[in-house]
Amino acid sequence: MLTLLGVAVVIVGFALRFNPLLVVVASALVTGLAAGMSPQDVLAAFGKAFNENRFVSVAWLVLPAIGVLERAGLQERARTLIAGIKAVTVGRLLLAYMFVRQITAAVGLISIAGHAQTVKPLVAPMAEAAAELQDPNITEDEREKVRAMSAATDNIALFFGEDVFLAIGSILLMVGFMQQSGIEVAPFELSLWAIPTAVAAFFVHGARLLLRDVRAKRTPAK
Amino acid sequence: MITIQAVYVLVGALFVVFAVLSVRDAANPRRWTTGLFWALFALSFLAGDLLGDLGNGVLVLSMALIAGFGGLSTGKVATSTADERKAGAASRGNALFLPALIIPLVTVVGTILIKGIELPGLSLGPWVLVAPYFETKQATLISLAAGAVAATIVALAIFRQPLASPFQEGRRLMDVIGWAALLPQMLASLGAVFAVAGVGKVVGDLATQFVPGDNLLIAVAVYCVGMALFTMIMGNAFAAFPVLTAGVGIPFLIQHFGGEPAAVAAIGMLAGFCGTLMTPLAANFNIVPAALLELKNRNGVILAQIPTALIMLAINTMLMYALAFR
Repeated sequence: MLTLLGVAVVIVGFALRFNPLLVVVASALVTGLAAGMSPQDVLAAFGKAFNENRFVSVAWLVLPAIGVLERAGLQERARTLIAGIKAVTVGRLLLAYMFVRQITAAVGLISIAGHAQTVKPLVAPMAEAAAELQDPNITEDEREKVRAMSAATDNIALFFGEDVFLAIGSILLMVGFMQQSGIEVAPFELSLWAIPTAVAAFFVHGARLLLRDVRAKRTPAK
Repeated sequence: MITIQAVYVLVGALFVVFAVLSVRDAANPRRWTTGLFWALFALSFLAGDLLGDLGNGVLVLSMALIAGFGGLSTGKVATSTADERKAGAASRGNALFLPALIIPLVTVVGTILIKGIELPGLSLGPWVLVAPYFETKQATLISLAAGAVAATIVALAIFRQPLASPFQEGRRLMDVIGWAALLPQMLASLGAVFAVAGVGKVVGDLATQFVPGDNLLIAVAVYCVGMALFTMIMGNAFAAFPVLTAGVGIPFLIQHFGGEPAAVAAIGMLAGFCGTLMTPLAANFNIVPAALLELKNRNGVILAQIPTALIMLAINTMLMYALAFR
């Protein structure tokens, strides 16, 4: 049970809003020491994994391109485009994005969108523009909520779309682990079983998005 | 042959530029520590394999201490004014979307050329003229890097932006992200330490104690909710899946209650994804976008996700109960 001390450090550290980097360092140290490792061993294990996981940070390479486009007026163009569509609302816009993101993820195209590539330069400004159309006196808090919902919609569409694809990491992990445990499952079966959840997620999150529009209508400009 | 190492050199070179620009930016009140942070990140990408495990540990600890104690600050980038952007948007119109589409296009086409496609009913081998020159396993990341470079060059050329602008604008966005940029990789490392220390086994044993042998619905709920909770602790469902499936899924749901293995595994993983939506430890998805979108509340994205995640967790539990045990 002592091993779980590090887990407690993470939970308490994040709950008290300490800097997450320091919380992670503290948790790694506590976990390792509780498991009888020396501080050097913990540091080495941590460093080894850090080096092996460098691929996680490769996605930052898209920032220069996105930055140049923003400099040239990409966000403003995205806003103008949305402001020209009369029927647009935050809910409908994000629902349409969710549909496209989920379908493309389901056929394996997970890297065509993302927070740096699409949400920040395109989806969030578009959603903000739509929110302005619905309520010209929108508060800064409400704007932040719209941006947060844009990122949330990307995550939800991705998570509940990608597992419908056969060759995605999580499917391969499941096949490999079940095989080790002596149970044969085919990738195709796993991806088939992901479809009911994918459909349910579209309706659940879609309903939340459209409900936001209803609420926005009920509380008009103050 | 072009491998992931070449991509790391590219990332490393970019961070070297960020470091130099940061140090030279007199408007940044913490320019030396900010510069040092990006220089260390660059060192990791350029020479990480030469530093040894302990060396890498010291490197990441230094970075965490710099960023954790407020050593990162934002500088001042000579970017375009709001009026210039509006004018640019008006004159350039929808052409602005073109370079943004190059990134996904190159990523997808590149991946297909290097790796081919294997789907039921659709099979396409790698393109022999290109494929041998690339590391097949890393096709997506290599293609993503190529797409990012291509998009930058096209954007510079057709919109006539200054040659330094990709680096200045990239630094502007990176500064906005700040310490959150390091978090995804650090959390992956924490997961590795948890694994070495045997946290998974303890949690698996703990979950096993809660499973009743005579109530299928509760057993399914323990597995699904356990997947979500342990995913929240570990920051990703991949780490939780082997632990909960070995402790609860296989011995109880599959062997004892006779559940369909593929349905148990697939829906169990998706229950874990509900946990990913609710934890700050899934930094890539939840914390980094909050920084990118400049939200005052760093948990803003998580708060937006919680209602959907909880409903989906209940639905996944029901689906498994209804579909896996017929």
